Amino acid sequence: MSEFDVVVVGAGPAGSAAALEVARSGRSVALVERGPFPGSKNVYGGVVYGRVLDDLVPNWWEHMPVERWVTRRSTMVMTEERALTVDFRTQDWGRPPHNGATVHRADLDPWLAGLAVEAGAVLVPATVATGLLRGPDGAVAGVRTDRPDGDLRAGVVIACDGVNSFLAKEAGLFDASRQAEHTMLGVKETIALPRDVIDQRFALRGDEGADIEMLGCTGDVPGGGFLYTQRESVSLGVVLALPGLAAARTRPEALLADLKRHPAIAPLIAGGEVVEYSAHLIPEGGYRHLPRLADDGLLLAGDAAGLCLAAGIWLEGVNFALGSGAQAGRSAVAALDEGDTSKRGLAGYRKALERSFVLADHRKLRDIPGLVMSERVQRQYPGLLCDLAQSVFQVDNPRPKPGLRGLLRRSAKDNGVRLRHLVRDAVTGMRGFG
Amino acid sequence: MSYAERAFDDVLSTVEFHVGERAHITVDTSVCASCTSQVCVHACPADLFVPMADGGILFNYEHCFECGTCYLLCDQPGAITWTYPDGGQGVVFTKG
Repeated sequence: MSEFDVVVVGAGPAGSAAALEVARSGRSVALVERGPFPGSKNVYGGVVYGRVLDDLVPNWWEHMPVERWVTRRSTMVMTEERALTVDFRTQDWGRPPHNGATVHRADLDPWLAGLAVEAGAVLVPATVATGLLRGPDGAVAGVRTDRPDGDLRAGVVIACDGVNSFLAKEAGLFDASRQAEHTMLGVKETIALPRDVIDQRFALRGDEGADIEMLGCTGDVPGGGFLYTQRESVSLGVVLALPGLAAARTRPEALLADLKRHPAIAPLIAGGEVVEYSAHLIPEGGYRHLPRLADDGLLLAGDAAGLCLAAGIWLEGVNFALGSGAQAGRSAVAALDEGDTSKRGLAGYRKALERSFVLADHRKLRDIPGLVMSERVQRQYPGLLCDLAQSVFQVDNPRPKPGLRGLLRRSAKDNGVRLRHLVRDAVTGMRGFG
Repeated sequence: MSYAERAFDDVLSTVEFHVGERAHITVDTSVCASCTSQVCVHACPADLFVPMADGGILFNYEHCFECGTCYLLCDQPGAITWTYPDGGQGVVFTKG
């Protein structure tokens, strides 16, 4: 049996940030990873917002294994054969300190874990944490692993074991029976294309990248889509609400295949070769459905803590994993220094997250996941917006141009939207986003 | 096998697996036989749940993405026993 001040389970961004902060404090920390290398089990859309690293890694943008810097960001609202796109470009995001970057997890996660190891953390790969060890007082006192004599004792365990977090379930920190309601399935194809073809199709130069988020592209299943550019590939995927997926009796790859055939998407990926298909779950409940974040001897961070933001125009996860993981590391060290690693001693973690962007953003946007997944936003507004755009831009001579107000009223009516619902959703949106 | 099914098989063949000897997920097909919804058949992104003529489910753990969709959606207690593969084994994503 081995003993550490802190054992961190899961060498994703949350776990590596936690281990980094513990190691930098001079305390001993093990970082347990079930995959053969960090990142090997991990899938995300494809964009990291790196500013959270400012405090952890000076000039991180010079070291992070980036594919492209996102300088072009589009939101696309779609119906079967139409697409209305808001397309924004800024060269600012191509320069330090940047904004979003596309990175593969098999590159990002080993880099982050490497920072923790450099600082003194002990990485234990290819090892599953199979359960929690308890002390005589019932507090969490380490983890069991699937290695022979593999118990790891610790003053604090930080569970960064992802969306399925069996450690959080074992500790009873959230209502596992209702998890499906607040979870989405993401499926993605990585499609190889020559670099110059990507540059031409997406109007990019050098290491500039494009990021497209989509709404209205998932048929009968509430969800959304995404397309991100890497250097020599694009990632195209859909995210699907689990209950809707079950009810629709549609296969996930069938929805992705429909998206690949969409007239707005097909030309962007034509001739590309699928080099990897992948799937992963996403915690989607937001602030209203967070688990308890601490127990005696135990902290949760990253996806295990449900800290993922899927709020329509904002899709973020890795930054919240890094922010919560780093704070969990600091809070664990503070509790060890105080000699109190009970729930009470670890209570500073939640308070610190409430003060930081991690929970401030989730609190602010707490009503947005529900709005984005609502029937109107999913099924009615894409048609309404495409009808409106089409009628505004269509020239029906010899008929004169109709008035905008009349067009809005007709588009709403044709899509079964009442104006008072439109106003109510706009208010919810303004309140949430404002 | 239809063209679309064959094409999806090609897509699935892009994924790397270190297949372990232990089946990390097991399915009790006698429970499945009495399940009317069998949502796993449609929802599993790796298409690993195959309905059988006797109403049960044939499951193969070897090409599992370890995502968790099946056990979260399954409403039949005892039908799916779900664990992670042993350390170092299972799916290896390189473009995730």
